[in-house]
Formats: sequence, structure tokens, C-alpha cells
Amino acid sequence: MKHTLAVLVENKSGVLSRVASLFSRRGYNIDSLAVGVTEDPEISRMTIVVQGDDQVLEQVTKQLNKLVDVIKVSDIGVDDTVERELALIKVSADVTARAEIIQIANIFRARIVDVAPKSITVEVTGDEGKIDAIEKLLRQFGIKEMVRTGKIALVRGPKKV
Amino acid sequence: MRHEQAAAHAADGYARATGKTGVCVSTSGPGATNLVTGIATAYMDSVPIVALTGQVPTFLIGNDAFQEADITGITQPITKHNYLIQDAKELPRIVKEAFHIASTGRPGPVLIDLPKDVQNAEIDFYYPDKVELRGYKPTYKGNTQQIKRAAEEIANSCMPIIYAGGGVISSNASAELVELAETINAPVTTTLMGIGSIPTEHPLYVGMLGMHGSKYANYAIQESDLIIAVGARFDDRVTGKLESFAPNARVIHIDVDPAEISKNVKVHIPIVGDARQILKSLNKHIKRCNSEKWVEKIKQWKKEYPLTYKQMSPDVIMPQFVIEQISKACKDAIIVTEVGQHQMWAAQFFKYKEPRTFITSGGLGTMGYGFPAAIGAKVGKPDKTVINIAGDGSFQMNSQELATAVQNDIPVVSVILNNGYLGMVRQWQELFYDRRYSHTYIKGSVDFVKLAEAYGALGLRAEKPSEVRPAIEEAVRSGRPAVVEVIVECEANVYPMVPAGAAINEILDIEEHADTPCSMPDLRKVKVDGVLDLEEQ
Repeated sequence: MKHTLAVLVENKSGVLSRVASLFSRRGYNIDSLAVGVTEDPEISRMTIVVQGDDQVLEQVTKQLNKLVDVIKVSDIGVDDTVERELALIKVSADVTARAEIIQIANIFRARIVDVAPKSITVEVTGDEGKIDAIEKLLRQFGIKEMVRTGKIALVRGPKKV
Repeated sequence: MRHEQAAAHAADGYARATGKTGVCVSTSGPGATNLVTGIATAYMDSVPIVALTGQVPTFLIGNDAFQEADITGITQPITKHNYLIQDAKELPRIVKEAFHIASTGRPGPVLIDLPKDVQNAEIDFYYPDKVELRGYKPTYKGNTQQIKRAAEEIANSCMPIIYAGGGVISSNASAELVELAETINAPVTTTLMGIGSIPTEHPLYVGMLGMHGSKYANYAIQESDLIIAVGARFDDRVTGKLESFAPNARVIHIDVDPAEISKNVKVHIPIVGDARQILKSLNKHIKRCNSEKWVEKIKQWKKEYPLTYKQMSPDVIMPQFVIEQISKACKDAIIVTEVGQHQMWAAQFFKYKEPRTFITSGGLGTMGYGFPAAIGAKVGKPDKTVINIAGDGSFQMNSQELATAVQNDIPVVSVILNNGYLGMVRQWQELFYDRRYSHTYIKGSVDFVKLAEAYGALGLRAEKPSEVRPAIEEAVRSGRPAVVEVIVECEANVYPMVPAGAAINEILDIEEHADTPCSMPDLRKVKVDGVLDLEEQ
């Protein structure tokens, strides 16, 4: 089962490596990890999607909490959340395919961010399912390159983690 | 010290003997990497040490400079926390934090990496009064509701057992533990790390449990209806096969580290906090259990399956006998051990009276730990006799520290049980690998008496049972760093033994295996692993 963890950490060098090495050393699998600074410049927030049953999740949470640089760990998968992921997808596109690709992008409310004689780059945001769907549709044209940010999430309403 | 690994072990031995934080210092690169084994040893056994390492100047970091090693990266998984100081102004705060982190909560090693320019910088000194770490706030006081629930659970139990680990020692909770046991009338078993938390001769003590635990301790925990675990972590050497561990027991788990709760064994009543504080408040709520029959049954088991050994041939010195002699000759000593068979015998046959008198590498099982740790223990407790019980294999891993002991006049006595083998591995090879003694035969590689003398220490040898005790007494009396080499039965085994992966009541014992002859003389005359037997030469 997938869990989404919001992890508040000290915004210091080396913290990402402490968190990442904890996962590898204890044998936990990370699906995705996104990190960036928060409203407080001294604190960064990691959104970690991790696979595992409740017992694994409990251990992951406890072990993360043991790191001195980790301030707070919350499992926000259980809450009602806004989740987003961003992907940039570079698709093979000659003149004949270009129109159809743009059409697909429009349906997904994606944006065309670069056009070249033989390629188009599409920027799409959404939850994981939406990005998977557009990826599937664009695959028929040939995806030259793709990059995804990994999920970020906030709990809906006034509640903070 | 002559080797950085030994420095880390010495800091560790000092910390375990005194309860204070030990410190070791090394240079950068190879000096720092040599500390790694010692730091990992302290980490596994939750020992507070602060390691200070040199580093290349900040402007060279990342440059593959001479004697540069990423020691904070290397030690990340084996420290509680570590620091690379980038600016000398951070130094006072970080030093304060390091000692705070090392010694509080679940103790552990902390490393501070000091670049050369930081070491040479001048700053206006200030020392912060308080440590402020928002990500580090250990829990000490147990949850009151949980403590009450635990007391109710204890009141309803007829077959309780207390399972005490190293946490009892590090939180100085021995008196409270014994009070708990006596009040509720429950047997106490300890882990290797928990030895000393209750006197060996206490009527409620059933000895160590697990792989080389007493039969009665293992039977008792298996049959119990309630386990009160205090500062212990249900390690694989303790539980054996998890699925069949204590099938009928409810579990109360008292531990300062929340991550240990339900890590291996499902816990019914977790109480997170300091063992001493929790036991103090728990002891206010408890009364005597209905456990007369249970305690009686355990007494019977004790009589039926005593910890014992057989004299394998008339004149040979049995290693267990040596431990008994040390126990008689040095009743109040601090016993430090290396790792292997001698360590288990030291755990089984010495009669401990108080906490912090048995110092051993439990989690990591570091051969070479004992001698430098004994040096650290002696420095911390100069009025105590400190005996390092060693094997001939382990002792050779840090024997260079004889020089340190002699130079600094640190009178530690090492008693080497010389059986010419890496005995514990040989035992496994005998029992589980059809006696293929691969890489475990090391006989004749060194004369320990001469080795001691070469360093200016006292060297003594015992070859007959009658020589053992006088040699030990002479070594202690000499007031000098000393080595007592005892030539012991070469193929004695540690029993009882639960094979790895078996349930802990599936026990191999001396009855089935004691008659094993001192076998394979042909093997000893041939060239083994490139080492020729001295007799043959």
C-alpha cells in the first residue's frame, strides 16, 4: 500500500542524504521524494511516497523521527489532500502529428512549453493518475524524454501538518 | 592509543564503566576511518561517546585532498548524529549539542568533523546555556495511563517474567528493577547487555536468555504469560525464531526509543520513556502476583538443567573453570570481554554483583573490543580491578595497546583463553558444517607471554588447572599491565545453544555433545590456511 508522508526537516546541507540513506539502509522503498523550502526558510518539506504495510509505515515514521534534523513526520495519505505532480514530456512530433498532440494537451489542460521542428515539450500538472493517462496517450507518438517531480501534497482546509 | 579503533573502544569502555560520555580523537582520513568499527560498536550497544575527527581545510573539502575522507557520510548510519563544522563560530554550540545528544534519550555516538582551518581559527568564546533542538526531544516520563494498565496486567499474571536489557544499565535502573521483581515475585532474565542489572546470585535471577542463555531462562520466557521487557529490544539472538517466541505471553515493553516498540515482537502495552523513571512510578502501583507455583517451577528447572560443563579430559583446563576462578579471585572486578566463546562463558560463569561490571560488545560483536575497552574502563574506574577476558583470536586484534597500557601505567589484566582456534566459529563449523574447520585454526601463531614482555608488561602462563588461580592472583597483585595466557581445552563448546533460526526452547545441550572427543588430530598436523603447526616444524 502507498503512503504519503509530509516530513518537515531542518533546511541544512546533508539532511536529504540522511533521510535517503535511512530508507535504503532499512530496506524501505521510496516511490517518490520531492523536497523544497517552506514558508519558514529554515525548514524544508519533503513529500515522500512510500510503499509498505502499516508496520513498515510505523517503522519508517519512527526511524525518521529519530533523526535529529527531522522536525515532524505526518502521514497525510489518510487526510483529504490536494495532491499535485508536474511532468515535462518531450514528444517526437513532425508537422503531421503536431496538431493532434496539441489537442491532447488541451484536453488535459497541459501547456506546450517548447516547439521544435521534430519535437514538442508538454508541461502537465495533476495527480498521478492524470499524468499516467497523458503519458499513455503521448506514447504513440514516441516520448523522447520525460521528467516527473514526484508528488507534493497539502491537507485541505486550515489544518497544517 | 596506538590505533584509532582502540581509541574509540577505550572511550566506549570508559562510558560503560562510568556512565559518563567517553571521548576519542583522531586525525582525518585513515585516522577517522579507523574509528568506524568503534563507533559502530558504540552505536549498536547505545553507548554515549563523542568522536572528534580532523578534516582537511574547508576550502579543500570535496577535492580528494591528502588524507581526506567523507567521515560524516561514512558514519551517518552508525552515529546518532554527526556534524561537519564549516564555521568556527558554530563550534561551541555544536560541542554542547553533541554531548547532549550522545548522553540523553537512547544514548549513542556522535561525531564532530573538524576541518583544519576551523581548528586553527580564533573566535570569541561563548558557551550556550541551553541546547535547542526542535527535532530532538526524548520522552522520559512514561504515560501514566499506560503505567496503570501495565500494573493491572501484572496483577492478573500468574507466570510473569522480567526481561531486562542494556537500557536498565544505561538508565541506572537496577535498584528499581530488583524492587519490581521482588515485589511482584517474578523471575528476571537478562540479555547479554543487561547482565549486572540484577546480581547473578539473586534467587529470582534466571540468567541470560537466548542463543547461549540458560535452559531455564529460555523455558521460562517461552511458557510465561506476561513479559515485562525493560530496555531490551527483542534481538534475534534473544528471540530465536520469532513465530514461536513466547506464544502465550502478553508483552509490556518499557523503552526510551519508540522505534523499538513492536519492531520485532508485537507489544500489548508500550511505555516509552526512561526505564528508571517508569519503573519508579510502576513500582507504586504493583503488588505481589499469584506466581508461587511459577517461581517454584522455575526453581525446579534450575535444579534440573543447571549451567554446567564437563571436564573433557583429566588434566586439561576447561575454559569455564578459568571464568569460575576469576570469579572467585576477583569478586568485585569489572569484567570486560572480547567476542566469541570466552565472552559467552564470561557471561555464564562469572558471578556479577552490580551494574557496569560486565562490559562487552553485544550488538556488533566486535573482536578486539575488550582490551582497549578495558583500558578505558580502568581509566574511568581506577580503584577497580579490571579484567579483560579474551580469546587468542580476539586479543590479537588490538594487542598493540599493551604499549598504551604500559606507557600510561594502566594496570589491566588480560586473561587469554588460548584454544588455538577462533572458537565460536569453529563450534559452528563443528555443529553445522560437518567439522570443516575453515580459517579458524590459529594455533601457535604467537607466544603471548613473550608478547606481553616485549611491551614491558607482565606475562604469565597457566597450563594446568592448579596454575590458573595463582597466575590470575599474581597478575592482579603485580599492579602492572599483565597478560595471563591460559592454555585451555581446544574444542570445548558453549552450551546451551539454540541454533540460529530455531525456537529458543529447541536447545542443544552439553548432554548430547559433551562426549565429543578432541578430534581431528590429523588436521592439526597439516598445513591449515598457510600456517604450519609449530610442533611439526
